[in-house]
Amino acid sequence: MLELREVSKVVEGETHIAPTSLMLTPGSLNVLLGPSLSGKTSLLRLMAGLDRPTTGTVWADGKDVTGVDVRRRNVAMVYQQFVNYPALTVFENIASPLRLARAPAAEIDAKVRAAAELMRLTPYLDRTPLTLSGGQQQRTALARALVKGASLVLLDEPLANLDYKLREELREELPRIFAQSGAILVYATTEPSEALLLGGNTATLHEGRITQFGLTIEVFRNPADLTTAQAFSDPPLNTVAANKTGANFMLGGGLSVVAPKGLADGPYVLGVRPHHLALSAQGKSSAGLGATVSVTEITGSESFVHFPFGGSDWVMLTPGVHEFQPGEAIKVFLDPSRMMVFSADGQVLVN
Amino acid sequence: MKPWNNKAWLFTIPTLVLVAFSAVIPLMTVVNYAFQDTFGNNVFTWVGLDWFRKILHSERFLAALIRNLAFSAIILAIEIPLGVLIALRMPKKGIGVPICLVLMSLPLLVPFNVVGTIWQVFGRNDIGLLGASLKGLGIDYNYVSDPIDAWGTVIAMDVWHWTSLVVLLCYAGLASIPDAYYQAAQIDGASAWAKFRYIQLPKLSRVLTIAVLLRFMDSFMIYTEPFVVTGGGPGNATTFLSIDLVKMAIGEFNIGPAAAMSLVYFLIILLVSWVFYTVMTRHDD
Amino acid sequence: MAAITLDHIRHAYGPNPASPADYALKEVHHTFEDGAAYALLGPSGCGKTTLLNIISGLVRPSEGRLLFDGQDVTDLSTQGRNIAQVFQFPVVYDTMTVAENLAFPLRNRRVPAGEIKAKVAEVLDMIGLAAMAGKKARGLNADQKQKISLGRGLVRADVAAILFDEPLTVIDPHMKWVLRSQLKQLHRQFGRTMIYVTHDQTEALTFADKVAVMFEGEIVQIGDAAQLFDEPAHTFVGYFIGSPGMNVLPIKVDGRRAVIGGQAVALPAGVKIPAGKTIELGIRPEHLTLGRTGLPIRIDRIEDVGRRRIVRGKLEGLDLVIAAPEDGEVPADPHVQIEAGKVGVFADSWRLGTQP
Repeated sequence: MLELREVSKVVEGETHIAPTSLMLTPGSLNVLLGPSLSGKTSLLRLMAGLDRPTTGTVWADGKDVTGVDVRRRNVAMVYQQFVNYPALTVFENIASPLRLARAPAAEIDAKVRAAAELMRLTPYLDRTPLTLSGGQQQRTALARALVKGASLVLLDEPLANLDYKLREELREELPRIFAQSGAILVYATTEPSEALLLGGNTATLHEGRITQFGLTIEVFRNPADLTTAQAFSDPPLNTVAANKTGANFMLGGGLSVVAPKGLADGPYVLGVRPHHLALSAQGKSSAGLGATVSVTEITGSESFVHFPFGGSDWVMLTPGVHEFQPGEAIKVFLDPSRMMVFSADGQVLVN
Repeated sequence: MKPWNNKAWLFTIPTLVLVAFSAVIPLMTVVNYAFQDTFGNNVFTWVGLDWFRKILHSERFLAALIRNLAFSAIILAIEIPLGVLIALRMPKKGIGVPICLVLMSLPLLVPFNVVGTIWQVFGRNDIGLLGASLKGLGIDYNYVSDPIDAWGTVIAMDVWHWTSLVVLLCYAGLASIPDAYYQAAQIDGASAWAKFRYIQLPKLSRVLTIAVLLRFMDSFMIYTEPFVVTGGGPGNATTFLSIDLVKMAIGEFNIGPAAAMSLVYFLIILLVSWVFYTVMTRHDD
Repeated sequence: MAAITLDHIRHAYGPNPASPADYALKEVHHTFEDGAAYALLGPSGCGKTTLLNIISGLVRPSEGRLLFDGQDVTDLSTQGRNIAQVFQFPVVYDTMTVAENLAFPLRNRRVPAGEIKAKVAEVLDMIGLAAMAGKKARGLNADQKQKISLGRGLVRADVAAILFDEPLTVIDPHMKWVLRSQLKQLHRQFGRTMIYVTHDQTEALTFADKVAVMFEGEIVQIGDAAQLFDEPAHTFVGYFIGSPGMNVLPIKVDGRRAVIGGQAVALPAGVKIPAGKTIELGIRPEHLTLGRTGLPIRIDRIEDVGRRRIVRGKLEGLDLVIAAPEDGEVPADPHVQIEAGKVGVFADSWRLGTQP
């Protein structure tokens, strides 16, 4: 169990982490999701004990460990850069934490070989890291974190420097490999899609603040506010200002959409996920909006159609190949039941 | 709250003790002398700021100070551009790299007084290679009697001894510029000068700050080489502050004024270094 | 602007290459058409960067010739080739302002001042940095710096091609969307030949008109997004394009049927099966539908990734991945149906063509 109680970090008058409380349970996978400089690394360093919080306390298994040196805590960390001992073999690299702990040779051998097997490094145990591919180097670093048997494993964008496809494979393997160890796994990433693929829990970060923490899929489906919804959307969330009068939201350009019941008249912000926009009506309350295509991007199975709407750039993600030309006028349908409604100050009202 | 683990500080204790003995305690002794007068026998009398007043108004001090500033200015004006130029011309890869680096390091490995001795002999117009050659060419060169020749010799000696340091610093700085910058400049059709002006020089600015500070401080404190070669002469032509200071303290046993002078000297170095540092790093983020 | 022809180009970094394995780039013979946008897509070590460096002039190919509009440029320097390049990490001239950065390539080429001013203003508008024209470039963030790098290529009227070397690596995901679509718009406006190197399939497919998929020093297929997705020429393309990649199932052929364990599937019409080769079936996860009829499968795991679900299971003991919709149901006795006409047959990893 790792608990942050009202932990904050201020460096030279600049707030890196606003007071934050967080509780992480053993065996859980926790994703920190946010753009660069949102405080992911600062938070990881506080958890590890590499930095001392400006205020607040850090608790591990019911003990106050605030300010306890990282070496006395059972913590493993893996970075975006591949950090290995260049002069040691892969075997010795993986064995290094066990050697430091003066484990018996037989135990070291068994643990290293087991970890290497899981990380598919067995053929490379006698090689040195720099003769391996990036993926293998990062696997070595991960295997080292694994054998350490740490109760807290912190991964700071560990796959960011790897090829797209390699990322896909490791992303699938990692949670399962570490889940067996029973450690608390914390994984920092900038990519919403990576958080979704990893599953577990997600904390979305924005300007040094955790905006929401919960089951990954729950945070994605039911964001508490506009900031979280935007942070956790890839492609970006489509938003538009709307005014409610009577039963409808009035959007720019004379478009009106059926509003959910129980909302007072006044200004709102509507959010629509790109894959909830469609080229045909999905229900009888579906509203068709006239759009002028700016760019179409095709991935082979799906198309991203970009168009300006209500003063911002919107994107629709739709299945199939649709080669719309720039300037082409199309009709895009918006299903009111899939719409997120936020108050003018960004609090979620309807999901 | 639990105490933060400060054990790392323990490792600095030996260094702190060493610095205390080698720097802080002597400095405090100097401060002590600077405000007192003595005629020996460990009898001291308090004189306040008298020595400082005397030093700051003494022509001898001001003349030496001007000599120092002129010397440092000339040294920086020669060594920094020359060092950058040589660094730019050094090979970037291949067998030439280690050869150049070793050649460049050689002058730095020679002790100060040996440099002085080498040049003293080298410049003699009866047996020295340089002096005799110049004489053979009909040039009247004599560092013992001609102030300009003496300055020229001391400057040449310092340039020979220390330009390598600037070269090595700049070479390391240049090596850290990613290839992409050169490729981009090539693609943009940049001339060699434009490449230097807009890529190399900006990327070298930090390294150059360090080079300028090191060379300023070192040249401002120059002692051994002119002492060995010219002994401060002819006349007082190459009597720099450090030489004057030693004369005053040891030759004339004027410990009080010498102490005051060394403090002023120290403060000037600090001040000028600070000015250099501030000016050269003003653009840094 | 120029068409770029790679004429039987091969490259080895070591001297005296003896076997094909010594070549970082095995034979590439292809013409990139004038004004089109291409991507070179592949994993690290596939030779895509070597190929880009050959085009830019940083690497001279061991064999073959490089032609720009029919003119041999193999021995020309980078400068002589008139190309522009955007690098992985933003390269800007720190001490210059944004406008000066854009003017730099023109000033170096002694373009008249009035013309420079007009051209810079035009490009500043297009890359959306007009408001920052007078700001020092060092203070900008990564995406603005990448726009400047691109802008330095766009200001030049005579550029043969603009090359991109994984230009979005240091850009945050949200900004990637913006930059990518802007890049595409700029390509359309300027009509320059663009070549974009990346390992990210989304970037390659969405940016380029034609994507060249590279694998172990060779271009295995060149095509648009739909071709690469629907008709991968090689199982590697099937695996590399699409996320998750294509299911590749080893089969036995029995007449017109493919036999997978105890199950049989009809082979696509017109495919002629050669003898003595390993035959595999390639099916995209997107072309499989979960339901109560079809081939019986076992489900191991369902990953809810928001807008859809990735179902991982086994068909006759073989791994099978299915892409299911966000809110579709998963029956207790799951079966899977294959979308008609979407199955590829591969012999020794290469796709078999259909003959009428």
